Amino acid sequence: MIKLMIDGKTLSVPDGTTVLDAARRFHINIPTLCHHPKLTPFGGCRLCLVEIKGIPRPVTSCTTPAAEGMEVTTTSPNLESLRKTVLELILSDHPNDCMICERAGDCTLQELAYFYGIRKNRFSGERRTYSKRDGNPFIERDMEKCILCGRCVKVCDEVEGVAAIDFAYRGFKSKICPPYEKDLNCEFCGQCVAVCPTGALTGKAWKQRGRQKDVREVDTTCAYCGCGCSLTLHVQGNEVIRVTSREDTLNEGWLCVKGRFGYNFINSPERLKKPLIRKDGKLEEASWETALDYVAGRLKDVRDKYGPNAIAGLSSARCTNEENYLFQKFIRGVIGTNNVDHCARY
Amino acid sequence: MAQSDETKKKVVVRVCIGTGGLAAGGKEVIEAFKKAISDFCVDIELDFTCHYQKVGCRGFCARDVLVDVVDGDTSVTYQGIKPDIAKRIVQEHLINGQPVKEWLIDDSYYSFHSKQMKVLLKDCGTIDPEDIQAYSKVGGYTGIRKILSTMTPEDVIAEIKASGIRGRGGAGFPTGVKWEACRKAQGDVKYIVCNADEGDPGAFMDRSIIEGNPHSVIEGMMIAAYAIGAGLGYVYIRAEYPAAVERLKLAIAQAHETGHLGKGLFGSDFSFDLRIKLGAGAFVCGEETALIASIEGERGMPRAKPPFPVHRGLWGRPTVINNVETLSNIPYIIRNGASWYSSIGTDKSKGTKVFALTGKIRNTGLIEVPMGIRLGEIIYDIGGGIIGDKKFKAVQLGGPSGGCIPDHLLDTPVTYEDIVRTGAIVGSGGMVVLDETDCMVNIAKFFLEFTQAESCGKCVPCRIGTKRLLEILDRITRGLGKEGDIELLEALCSDIKVASLCGLGQTAPNPVLSTLKYFRHEYEAHIKDKKCPAKACKDLLIYSILEDICKGCGVCKRACPAGAISGDKKKPHKINADLCIRCGACFDVCKFNSVNRE
Amino acid sequence: MLEEKDMNDVLDRIIAKYREDEGNVIFLLQETQDALGYIPEEAVAYFSKKLDIPSSRFYGVLTFYSQFHLKPRGKNILSVCCGTACHVKGGTKIAERIQRDLGLASDGETTEDGKFTFEIVRCVGACSIAPVVLVNNKAHAEMSADSASKLVTELKKKETGVGAK
Repeated sequence: MIKLMIDGKTLSVPDGTTVLDAARRFHINIPTLCHHPKLTPFGGCRLCLVEIKGIPRPVTSCTTPAAEGMEVTTTSPNLESLRKTVLELILSDHPNDCMICERAGDCTLQELAYFYGIRKNRFSGERRTYSKRDGNPFIERDMEKCILCGRCVKVCDEVEGVAAIDFAYRGFKSKICPPYEKDLNCEFCGQCVAVCPTGALTGKAWKQRGRQKDVREVDTTCAYCGCGCSLTLHVQGNEVIRVTSREDTLNEGWLCVKGRFGYNFINSPERLKKPLIRKDGKLEEASWETALDYVAGRLKDVRDKYGPNAIAGLSSARCTNEENYLFQKFIRGVIGTNNVDHCARY
Repeated sequence: MAQSDETKKKVVVRVCIGTGGLAAGGKEVIEAFKKAISDFCVDIELDFTCHYQKVGCRGFCARDVLVDVVDGDTSVTYQGIKPDIAKRIVQEHLINGQPVKEWLIDDSYYSFHSKQMKVLLKDCGTIDPEDIQAYSKVGGYTGIRKILSTMTPEDVIAEIKASGIRGRGGAGFPTGVKWEACRKAQGDVKYIVCNADEGDPGAFMDRSIIEGNPHSVIEGMMIAAYAIGAGLGYVYIRAEYPAAVERLKLAIAQAHETGHLGKGLFGSDFSFDLRIKLGAGAFVCGEETALIASIEGERGMPRAKPPFPVHRGLWGRPTVINNVETLSNIPYIIRNGASWYSSIGTDKSKGTKVFALTGKIRNTGLIEVPMGIRLGEIIYDIGGGIIGDKKFKAVQLGGPSGGCIPDHLLDTPVTYEDIVRTGAIVGSGGMVVLDETDCMVNIAKFFLEFTQAESCGKCVPCRIGTKRLLEILDRITRGLGKEGDIELLEALCSDIKVASLCGLGQTAPNPVLSTLKYFRHEYEAHIKDKKCPAKACKDLLIYSILEDICKGCGVCKRACPAGAISGDKKKPHKINADLCIRCGACFDVCKFNSVNRE
Repeated sequence: MLEEKDMNDVLDRIIAKYREDEGNVIFLLQETQDALGYIPEEAVAYFSKKLDIPSSRFYGVLTFYSQFHLKPRGKNILSVCCGTACHVKGGTKIAERIQRDLGLASDGETTEDGKFTFEIVRCVGACSIAPVVLVNNKAHAEMSADSASKLVTELKKKETGVGAK
């Protein structure tokens, strides 16, 4: 354990903790934009600058390891003025779009601008403009709102192992893009959307469906596979308009394309809600009892007539492990055959 | 009876093939000498054999091509030699023994050298850089031999610390302290890296040293490697220096062949090998963490410090990164001893420093001076003052990280501390002299254009801050400056300096701050009066023809690319201000000074 | 333009060299540019597939360093140095003139006939002989807008056989 002092409070933290993490553990707030607790530190936004006794210039707390006896100051008129300048600079290269932005009310940059009271910006000048719209089906990439924090690049590389995007060019012309600035062509897991602190990355399906302040959040479990990721459905009225996941869950907030973007079946008119039994070539709605009795009866008939090996069971990856266990138990123990398989077995 | 070639006396023709020498036709001059000699051989029997020696930069590039004719103990130096002069020198000097007077070096050559102190550059301009033996003959590789047989790594570090040498790349960090930190760092694999990514515009010291004496850098790296415990070194060199890269490759190959690189060197158990990594065109890679990223094959984006490279450097291993000039000094320190080195210079700034002296100065070139020399001595005694009848305005030191030092501070001694006090830095050694026709706002803008284009884009203050600085400077030079712009510049500069991630951003505002400090009135004139006092900012100039002087010769009319000048022959011409693009072509061509610019 | 197979042979040789060394994306790209004059998108796709390195990384590195070119360049490359020493001695005027003479709109462009590429470079370390123009890497010392213009005319003559312009 390391003992250090932050803003006059003596704290002790495990070896290897950064100054930022140490501060946050004890609810000392240091503003950040590029930092994400699950990604390697970047040190680019410069908002988390702190003063450390004995070091001549402010350092980024997200990259500086806490050390024994360190004396850290997280706020001072000088630091706050630096942070304000940094925010003004970011905003001078950012569209003044909050009125129509998907992320308004749920945007870290907007939040910081609010706290620092930036109404009039001392700086103005050329802004990056992008005429091209990314044609991919899931992720809206409004790169004029990108603040180049690099969180999307890191999550794609470090968490997904895909590296579909990276920094390109340099200086003021820097951008984050897929190779050769083509349309995004990846797994569309949307992790980049989840970590984006601004409105640069959003779901295409979210567009003008409602802002965060109006939604009701409903926690549930993803039904797509046995992983059982926790989902948070963002519900407006009685309609799911967005899906996210909380960081303090089993899946640590990470999702895949299905869990994150595959929710429009919920209100689909074609959605199957009751069992259907085909009668004379026509599907007819039936009750669960009728349907189950029918299936059981047919299985019994086949087994009696042709023997258990005439039946095979194929299960789904959308079931849980427990369900799959029960299924193979049923096929083996009840039907009496080893003909059992699963769609994700390969 | 003909003498055999072996018994004939040897005459050496030594020709500069540094970048200046090459551009002035160094190679052609050698060929011309060869041709002249062989032409004369047809008719007469020569009583000497002629040998050609190519040498690296000799410093006085303004007088290139420099040629030495060495005949026994006497050496005669010629300046400004073109290929067609070679024949005369061969005939009159080599054959008839009479040096050709009109091409001999003159007083400026002596005054150029009078206040210099050549340690590194001494060998640079006299030995053949493409021959390892030439370096050995002047004491090369005795330093590494000495330490391998008589000194422990700790002894070497103590010696380097005692010498007081500080990093020549810009920041002036004590080299021995850096080595010691790396020596003490945990790790079985360590690296020594030579930073030859000399990116400062207006600087060519490192290029000249590698081109002129590559083995001194190799030996310096070997000594450093022994001291810190490294077995492998990298030279990270700009691809923009093809000649230097070739020389270095050749030097490394020769060192391998002759057992100066490899396993178990000089009968010890010390092994060392060297690799070259070519830069790919990014100024920021001169910053050490960006350089590391670049050697690792990444985008050259700097990383946060701490951890410092001496603890976690290349591939996470302890790494020392030293600049070319620093490393090149090391063999001389080991050979001659720390006390010899520390006797040169001042209390806190030891040794000599190489500068690239350029700009509006008579004697441009590469110079080496003892630390502590005054700026004025460099500019007037060595440099010979300003070209033409113009007035000195400032000297720019330290490139995009440095600043401009005005006339009244020319007494400042060249030491790390004194130069920093003026607002500039010693830097890697670019020294660009500016005269009264240089607009200081424009100079600041020039450097910001540079840093802004070279910013890696990782951190906000540098990526957006330098862009905004440039935009403000640009509007000032275009006459669109506003009240409050100077204050805004100052505020932004001070925040960029503190908040930026790496040295590039932290020093990028220096050119603005130093020009604001000494030439604030020029900024004010641009903003308030919409005038450029140096008459350099195009948009603020108005050209007109003085009718009482104009002879109506029509030269300006023909020179005008915009068709803005009209007038009948032999009658005063006129400039149409709406069409004028303010290029100054008319001003330059008028023989009667009848074009007025204000 | 090379046939695909020929290009792949070249790239395979570069990959073999790369594997001997410690594996450096920049090295791969430098070798490719030396061999092909620029870095075709197909080469990046090939490397990415063969070496299992995401193309996004290649693209990031390619666009970061100014030495790499994504498009073929002209037969003759005219680089005007605009480092400090060249700048104060009129480098910008020279650049403007050459650009005008070649009819190119901006830095880094190539003439339509593919004969000339014009670029501005930031210090080639030849400051003592400023201002400098490099023609295919050979330095021309102490240039002026007029002498640079003459140089362009000569080069054009050489390329087309007639006194262009």
